[in-house]
Amino acid sequence: MKYRHAKKFALLAAIILAAVASYFSSAINSYYLQVLIFIGINVILAVSLNLINGYTGQFSLGHAGFMAIGAYVAAWLSTEHGAGLLKAFGGTNPFAIGALFILVLLGGGLAAAVAGLIVGVPSLRLKGDYLAIVTLGFGEIIRVVIQNTDAVGGPRGYSGIAGYTTLFWTWAIAALTIYLVVSLIDSTYGRGFLTVRDDEIAAEACGINTTRYKVIAFVVGAFFAGVAGGLYAHSTTYINPSGFDFQKSIEIVIMVILGGMGSTAGVAAAAVLLTVLLEYLRFVSGYEWLPELVRRIAQNRMIIYSLVLIALMLLRPQGLFGALPRRRSTRISKPAVDPLA
Amino acid sequence: MGLLDLQKCTVRFGGLTAVSELNLSLEPNDLMGLIGPNGAGKTTVFNIITGVYQPSDGQITFEGKRLAGLRPNVVTSRGIARTFQNIRLFPTLSVFDNVRAAFNLRLRHGALHAVTRTRSFYREEGEVDRQVRELLDIFHLGKCCEVGCTGLSYGDQRRLEIVRALATRPKLLLLDEPAAGMNPREKDDLMKLIQFVKEKFQIAVLLVEHDMKVVMGICQRIAVLDYGIKIAEGTPAEIRKNPKVIEAYLGEEPVLL
Amino acid sequence: MSQIEFLQQLINGLSLGAFYALIALGYTMVYGILRFINFAHGDVFMLGAFGGYYLTPRIMPHFAGNLAPVGVVVVLLLTMILCALIGMVIERLAYRPLRSRPKLTVLITAIGVSLLLEYGGQFVFGADPKPYPELITDRALENTGALTITTTQVAAFVVTFLLLIALTLIVKRTKLGMAMRAVSNNATAASLMGINIDTVVSFTFGLGSALAGAAGILYALSYPSIDPLMGLLPGVKAFVAAVLGGIGNIPGAAVGGLILGVVETFVGGSAFSTYRDAIAFALLIGILLFRPAGIFGKAQVEKV
Ligand SMILES: Nc1ncnc2c1ncn2[C@@H]1O[C@H](COP(=O)(O)OP(=O)(O)OP(=O)(O)O)[C@@H](O)[C@H]1O
Ligand SMILES: [Mg+2]
Repeated sequence: MKYRHAKKFALLAAIILAAVASYFSSAINSYYLQVLIFIGINVILAVSLNLINGYTGQFSLGHAGFMAIGAYVAAWLSTEHGAGLLKAFGGTNPFAIGALFILVLLGGGLAAAVAGLIVGVPSLRLKGDYLAIVTLGFGEIIRVVIQNTDAVGGPRGYSGIAGYTTLFWTWAIAALTIYLVVSLIDSTYGRGFLTVRDDEIAAEACGINTTRYKVIAFVVGAFFAGVAGGLYAHSTTYINPSGFDFQKSIEIVIMVILGGMGSTAGVAAAAVLLTVLLEYLRFVSGYEWLPELVRRIAQNRMIIYSLVLIALMLLRPQGLFGALPRRRSTRISKPAVDPLA
Repeated sequence: MGLLDLQKCTVRFGGLTAVSELNLSLEPNDLMGLIGPNGAGKTTVFNIITGVYQPSDGQITFEGKRLAGLRPNVVTSRGIARTFQNIRLFPTLSVFDNVRAAFNLRLRHGALHAVTRTRSFYREEGEVDRQVRELLDIFHLGKCCEVGCTGLSYGDQRRLEIVRALATRPKLLLLDEPAAGMNPREKDDLMKLIQFVKEKFQIAVLLVEHDMKVVMGICQRIAVLDYGIKIAEGTPAEIRKNPKVIEAYLGEEPVLL
Repeated sequence: MSQIEFLQQLINGLSLGAFYALIALGYTMVYGILRFINFAHGDVFMLGAFGGYYLTPRIMPHFAGNLAPVGVVVVLLLTMILCALIGMVIERLAYRPLRSRPKLTVLITAIGVSLLLEYGGQFVFGADPKPYPELITDRALENTGALTITTTQVAAFVVTFLLLIALTLIVKRTKLGMAMRAVSNNATAASLMGINIDTVVSFTFGLGSALAGAAGILYALSYPSIDPLMGLLPGVKAFVAAVLGGIGNIPGAAVGGLILGVVETFVGGSAFSTYRDAIAFALLIGILLFRPAGIFGKAQVEKV
């Protein structure tokens, strides 16, 4: 039998590592520090979306919307109520700030979780492409609502957010997210998510409440997207609605697909890889010796995304790190060649 | 009052009446057959019993309680399990996990325990683990626990689906054409298996099957559907002689012998 | 709101709805055949607008004076043919190899194709908005009283109407149209009856893309500034229109488009104008929750 506490120890080790890395962060060039923080945030986003899209088999295209809610709510909380709360926690010592930040992130995460609940409900009746469009729609609605909310700057964006995010917070929370999703799935209860993905009707016939699983996936996934949003807002200190648009959702979806839907390790690796790659492309577009064409393509990350998506689907739909799916049609009564299946 | 009672159940799909005013009753530990030509409405009967469809008319009671409006997973938790005509396993899960999934409805531990990994969580997981292996061993599937379920042979997949259904601890098991696609030897084994299951787990079985040898061989009673209407019910001997049944199966008569 | 204002909004709404209707037809036909949402359809609409943009200055000089209307028709037809070809090529290269794969794979590919057209379009055409050439002179009609009806609106109505009739005839009267309906009904049976599914799918993509191309030109005439991302929003909204009318249902798509156009215009004229772009999505979520089969669609139960 596997050692029981391995997962907990791994989590602890990761958090200590984050703390140590954070301790030395003043020695890191600020650009690299920013990239390291983005890596952590993207890992949280991708791993949480993977719970919805990968493990539970729903197709959400609105993860950036949840992230936006978390970012705005957290930013609003710390900007409007931060000073008062800090005083209550006893001044500006690191512990008070830490407590405030946790509170603020939780606030953002919970707000996003509520939104996840609202999106999760239609998901009960929708599948595949319909669900994709509805979640895309929700993401857009969230963005339009934020654009129309003057309290957080409307279309001008929200600035002057405190820079609380550190390497420690980002990586520790990323590690926590991975731990939670992995240990959730690795249980009899957690296997329920996979049955929803594999065959809803069979799952129901086994007594599994598919409704509850789908809603939980959306709520938990949205919560962590919200937390990631909070980290992002307190890292860049300025956010605006267009930063959370369809493109951002697609970016997260690509990480999940690239990593192989339903493999947390693969998805986390893909998030790291893609974040680094995109930053690298910034340099590539500056290399004078490269042909003009290559440099211009390198500038337009969306072209690269689209090519990656198409190529992956045509050549390796299980993702870079995913094992070949054992999915094979088990519906014997269907004709062997179903032209439209 | 029996275990399961269908009273005047009717199912319509648009203009088509798939099941018409069906009365059907099962006692605990019955082994009943439900036969009829293709499209007679047998699978539809399973679907209304398990809550996949709601009957357009009539009512269904199980242990004296009405099943109307219950979702399929709730019906399963009441004690009715089924297999599907077109095998529906969880294709990306292992043999072990396919059965483990069916323990879901009796779990005391939920998401919170799964992530906190308390001692009692491990105890329950261990217990589930043991029971799954025990079940798989009974059906000689123990050695392929970690195999992907799509890697099993066709007959084994059918058996695994039965094991999965049994893992929900049903009082009534609905089997939809379990012998389809099996060779004669496998069919013999299946007949023994069904009787074994009925005795070992003390459950009632409702069996839909086209293979007359299987149905006639093990069922105590048989109901016959034709175009959604029950045209006969009785012991295998009675059914074999019933002129209405012979007429419904005209041209297929030899199989009835 | 006065009666005149109301009528004016209605007219504006219907003309906007005409574009949605034309695009929605493509979604609905493809869905009817393949049961999949062609995400890239809105971008074919964008390519239609660009087709008109590049063709107009090359074609119109040959049709001076009285011949101008002929020139307009030529530009329109050439663009439609171009878009039809693009639609068919996309299907052939990106979707056909995946036809037996899970639906999700195809959907993701379609998203990829959509992004490729949008950002590839930025690459090729440039990202900045372009002023649209005056294919027809945009002016208000006379003798309409207090109402303003513009020539581009009339053109949009007339062309949409004619294309709808043409489409209905094709689907109802031609052999390929009949094959389309057969495949939509039951693809397996249709292929067993000797219908070549590939041909039908190709034809459907061609037809839908041609309509989207026409919509692109008409839209650009009314809103004469085009850019490679212009297809995203109308595309998604037209999809909403198709769902509204009952996806897979041709007259439904047309009606759904008109309804959406009108609703959007009225919201745009109200105090909630800034929420205009969110309305389509709210509508979509509402329909899917309360009447998932749309106005004209029939509810389908999954066979178990
Ligand atoms: N969801 C549905 N929508 C429309 N018609 C249906 C649906 N499900 C079943 N039917 C129709 O109801 C009738 C009975 O079907 P059913 O599957 O119950 O037959 P069966 O007796 O199980 O046949 P078989 O022996 O072929 O499995 C058939 O005509 C079938 O086409
Ligand atoms: Mg059947």
